[in-house]
Amino acid sequence: MLSVPLMAGVATDGGGFQTPSTNDFWWPLIGGDHNNFAFTRPSLVMLISVVVLGWFFVSVSSRLSVVPSKRQWLAEQVYDFVRNGIGRDVIGAKDFKPFLPLLFTMFTLILFNNVAGVIPFVQYPTTSRIAFPIILTLVVYVTYHVVAIRRKGGVFGYLKSLVPPGLPGWLRPIMFILEVLTYFFVRPLTLALRLFGNMMAGHLMLLVFIVGGEYLLLHSGSIALGGAGVLSFAFSIVMTFFELLIEFLQAFIFTMLTALYLSDAVSEHH
Amino acid sequence: MHLASVAAEGVGWPDQLPLLPHPGEIIVGVVAFAILYWLYSTKVVPRMEELYAERSAAIEGGMKQAEEAQAAAQAALDQYNAQLHEARAEANKIREDARAQGASIVTEMRGQAQAESTRITEAAKKQIDAERQSAVVSLRSQVGAMSTELASRIVGESLHDEARQSGIVDRFLAELESGDIKPEKVGSASVAQGSAAGSDDPTADTTFTQGS
Repeated sequence: MLSVPLMAGVATDGGGFQTPSTNDFWWPLIGGDHNNFAFTRPSLVMLISVVVLGWFFVSVSSRLSVVPSKRQWLAEQVYDFVRNGIGRDVIGAKDFKPFLPLLFTMFTLILFNNVAGVIPFVQYPTTSRIAFPIILTLVVYVTYHVVAIRRKGGVFGYLKSLVPPGLPGWLRPIMFILEVLTYFFVRPLTLALRLFGNMMAGHLMLLVFIVGGEYLLLHSGSIALGGAGVLSFAFSIVMTFFELLIEFLQAFIFTMLTALYLSDAVSEHH
Repeated sequence: MHLASVAAEGVGWPDQLPLLPHPGEIIVGVVAFAILYWLYSTKVVPRMEELYAERSAAIEGGMKQAEEAQAAAQAALDQYNAQLHEARAEANKIREDARAQGASIVTEMRGQAQAESTRITEAAKKQIDAERQSAVVSLRSQVGAMSTELASRIVGESLHDEARQSGIVDRFLAELESGDIKPEKVGSASVAQGSAAGSDDPTADTTFTQGS
């Protein structure tokens, strides 16, 4: 009842409030003025994440001891989570070791760049730029196909292994088409879009609550709307913690699915 | 899409192609992933795996060591028990031996004591016999002399030579010994003594009277 004229007031306020949109994700630091090629802020965060993660894990692992220090304990917790919780449990104790660097890179890189969405002063999940999920998915895509082709006796063997044995003849072509779609199109699409979509939507939601709250509080000129702005800020804090959960979860899911696809690739049968 | 046209138009990426990967970011993404993957695969994961192997080896080694220590302790205990058992058996044997030896010693000593006492008794008996014999001999001569003296005094004549020649004394004594003359008790107090000592003891405090 109350909000309708108020919202109308906002909307008619001479275009004062700009709704957050995908435009807000475009943030060039160098270049981008005269062409579309730019060094963007997410790119910088991505590079920083590589430096931080690389420094942390390399410096920890350069002086490992059987009885760990605090830093080593932390590093080991993360490594153990990926190694045993994801790699060994999903791929199996026999084959998981060669894929550990890949899984560990995926998990730490995605986790860091997801959590960048709530790190103060960064507050921009790098993975909400679709280029990064696509690159990571491409790596996974190529890896699991190459591994599968090697394990299942060449391209032909791989394609043959897509159809589970023991199916009636008329079902085989249908199954084959479905499996090819899954392995070659659905999996990479969902893998990349799931991560990208979650991060982008989450960030956009935070933007709406924070930017909207700020506008209501400072520019609406009404006490009631200012109260709504405070409420919006408070909710944005709640959502920030919720985002933290989502960010961890998406890093976990991405790594988990990578391991799952790899376990499919190394398994003896379908 | 109109990638080429957008690129040609210049700054059009955010508005018209929001969901298309940005080439600059693709390059950064590839480089970032490659660097991190290289660091992990060469420096982090091998060392971590080494640590895992080392740790499990340390745990296994510790367990093996503990097992060995336990086995050694068990062996020591067994040995100790065996030794204890042996010692007990030996102590029992020694005790049995000592008991047997003690019993034999007692028996032997008893025999020896028996023999000794027998010997002492024998010797005493012999000595007593000898003394008795000598007492009898001396008494015989004394009693002979005294009785001769007495008789000569009573009779009033000297019988010395005659008596000696005729062997009256000897005959008297022989009669005495053969029981023809009964000893007469001197006092009432000596009755018991005399009966206890036996009538065949001539050395007792008795006076002799001619039998009735």
